[in-house]
Amino acid sequence: MTHAPAVPSRKATSTELVAASLKRRRRKQRRLQWIGAGAISLAFLMLFILVASLVSTGWQAFNQTHVTLEVYIDPEEVPAKRLPRGGFDDVLAASLGRVLPGVDMSDRKTARSVERILSNGAQFELRDRVVADPSLIGQTITMTVPVSDPFDQLNKGLIKRSTPEVNRRVKDTEIAWFDILAEQGAISKPFNWGLFTNADSRFPELAGLKGALVGSFWALLTCFLISFPLGIGSAIYLEEFAPKNKLSDFIEVNINNLAAVPSVVFGLLALSVFIGWFGLPRSAPFVGGLTLALMTMPTIIIATRAALKAVPPSIREAALGLGASRQQVVFQHVLPLAMPGILTGTIIGLAQALGETAPLLLIGMNAFITSAASSPFDSSTALPTQIFIWADSPERGFVSRTSAAILVLLGFLVMMNAIAIYFRQKFERKW
Amino acid sequence: MTALPFLLLILAVAAGYMINRRAARLIRDGGSRLHSMTSYHGLFSALLILVPVLTFTLLWLVLQGAVIDRIMMDSLPNGVLDGLDSGGVQLVLAEIKSVSRGQVFGTPEDWKIAAAEHFVHLHQQADWWLVAAVSALSLGLLAFARTRVAADFRARQGVEGIVSGLMIFCSTVAIFTTIGIIVSLSYETWRFFDRVPVLEFLFGLNWEPQIPLREDQIAAEGAFGWLPVILGTIVITVVALIVAVPVGIFSAIYLNEFAPKRLRSVVKPVLEILAGVPTVVYGFFAILVVAPAIRSFGQSLGFDVAPNTALAAGGVMGIMLIPFISSFADDALSAVPQAMRDGALGLGSTRGEMMTTVLFPAALPGIVGGVLLAVSRAIGETMIVVMAAGLIAKMTINPLDSVTTVTVQIVTLLIGDTSFDNPKTLAAFALGMMLFIVTLIINIFALRIVRKYREAYD
Repeated sequence: MTHAPAVPSRKATSTELVAASLKRRRRKQRRLQWIGAGAISLAFLMLFILVASLVSTGWQAFNQTHVTLEVYIDPEEVPAKRLPRGGFDDVLAASLGRVLPGVDMSDRKTARSVERILSNGAQFELRDRVVADPSLIGQTITMTVPVSDPFDQLNKGLIKRSTPEVNRRVKDTEIAWFDILAEQGAISKPFNWGLFTNADSRFPELAGLKGALVGSFWALLTCFLISFPLGIGSAIYLEEFAPKNKLSDFIEVNINNLAAVPSVVFGLLALSVFIGWFGLPRSAPFVGGLTLALMTMPTIIIATRAALKAVPPSIREAALGLGASRQQVVFQHVLPLAMPGILTGTIIGLAQALGETAPLLLIGMNAFITSAASSPFDSSTALPTQIFIWADSPERGFVSRTSAAILVLLGFLVMMNAIAIYFRQKFERKW
Repeated sequence: MTALPFLLLILAVAAGYMINRRAARLIRDGGSRLHSMTSYHGLFSALLILVPVLTFTLLWLVLQGAVIDRIMMDSLPNGVLDGLDSGGVQLVLAEIKSVSRGQVFGTPEDWKIAAAEHFVHLHQQADWWLVAAVSALSLGLLAFARTRVAADFRARQGVEGIVSGLMIFCSTVAIFTTIGIIVSLSYETWRFFDRVPVLEFLFGLNWEPQIPLREDQIAAEGAFGWLPVILGTIVITVVALIVAVPVGIFSAIYLNEFAPKRLRSVVKPVLEILAGVPTVVYGFFAILVVAPAIRSFGQSLGFDVAPNTALAAGGVMGIMLIPFISSFADDALSAVPQAMRDGALGLGSTRGEMMTTVLFPAALPGIVGGVLLAVSRAIGETMIVVMAAGLIAKMTINPLDSVTTVTVQIVTLLIGDTSFDNPKTLAAFALGMMLFIVTLIINIFALRIVRKYREAYD
């Protein structure tokens, strides 16, 4: 055993080895950290681009260019006895012609293009006012009406004046007219209430979300009324009462699988069973809500079971000890304590349902409908399907409308999630 | 009008509760000892009325429309529907309905106007029958419930029995939903295979789901081979995974081991936002930003890029899946026992080495399970591909080309089509069946992996 001299040198080399390699190994670890941070930054960047692109295209749809006109309601064009028919478009065109110097309104072609400055909906607005009050005929009234989509785009700078005239949707003369109107102070750009008070339309400047909002409301209401009681009932049974047997296991497996079934399959189910076999109406928010309820139920069941599980057994034992029946324990003690968690889960489930599109497409909630549904059985669109319809529309004006509709949808989702988080933080108990 | 039966029901329920509670109170005040509390007597009556009458009303309302349509169509004069196929009959029905609502276009035939009047009449009649039935049923049950009030009546047990029954019914809804999916898909798929041979569907290389408009049309027979469709689905899924898997896993590694606590508490919820964005929004993002960017970038490099590339749809789907994979990977890494971390660190490895040589391999089964679930999400994802992918099925694996997917075909085949008796609409159900089976298998497999692995460390 005379290896004593060798020991210190070996020790030294191994420490040295470690010390020498440590730098490289630390560098490796830093590289891993950097890649990880990079991955997260990439995800954040994508989220940022997503939101930024939607905001940058969508914010302009929240304003709408209007023109204010002195309209002389010519009895020649609008005779009282022919109401509600009448040459309302000519009346409007004539009032535009009066303020545009050097425009020959007797030339039909010029008159047509002057008329095109105004939205197609302007004449109906005028008609409704005159029909409501026929004494206006022969008088001059002041009206503020939307301009048509190309001029709205021009005013918002989305149609560039520098583009050559042939590639532009508004001609030079039309731009000149518009500038004259702007100089006269007739052009304004107020908040676009029409986005919320109008239903869908072929004309971007008139298209609004009212029909979609109403449809989504009915669908979510149906969804809530069905999935909430069913979800809670089945969660309570499975968590508190179900015997451990094959049937309960089978139900559990079913619920877990339903949560992962693609949403389009639920659409097929609704189309073939609710519409095909039961004969429920197509495009109705009620059918949409029914379908969404089947998809939301697993979410509510899972959240409710978690909330029930979180209530400590001592509560149950105390109530049982005082002579409560098992149902009294659950309904009078456990359920109230679990309610905040249940509500949080329900709101999150409903938020998912609000954004769900594919099943609603299959049951026909992408129809073109120009009035809001007055009952859940009327044809209607919903917010996400309206986004899909607008995204498919070729008119330039629908691009910013689509983004605006998405911002509205995201606004609702943020609101619902904020309420859910508020519930959780306000009522959450630590046992 | 539809509100009236419900109003009556609410009144009857309230009345039942009040009457029975009052009766029970009178017995108690008379000096007898009640078995159940007075409110349980009330509840017993309320539930006894509510459950059957509500079930009856809902069933009636669900079936009323279809039954009235049938009665009305059967009462049409003989011969007017001769020679019409099912679509034509549907059109006649729709016209009669719109006439009955007062929306008259053109000049409908007299028998249609008569039918519309008959239709309105039937609806009014049905409404009154419903009100009458609800009233009679409610009153009968009210009277029956009232006779049960007695000092020794076990009202609580009665109520609890009804409530348990209701809860058991609630839990079976999940089973009925699954059964409904399987039965409806199989039925329509079976009808599809009646018209198109199974082998042609499973192994055909052509997907051209047309139906002839005229008898003598050239290329009248559509082709229903699903291989190009499934190939397109695979291409898009692979692109999505190439984006989502590395980003998701590396995010999870960073968040789990290296991120400061405060950063983690900010980053996790923000990633959850990505998961909460509706897919229709991603679809619009793909056509608004990603597809034009890829196209102009590709063209600047001299590639021929389709306007709706698999790359754009798959890439955006990948973004959607990032939070999905990262949260699964994070959970899997967190589930590795602390002892394994301590052991690795104690033997002198850096935290990086501990992650790559110990934690990650140990968490791998859970991560794989998460990735598999992401695969099933990607296959079943609909809106992104409907908006950003193509419609024409091609046998190609070029991600710069336009491909179509199973879900795109389901949606495009069914949008705007009502009749169920042509191979075109039935093909959508066959595709849906395949989608359901494939995702179900992947899900079961993935959940099993995740569960097994969790048990191993518990």
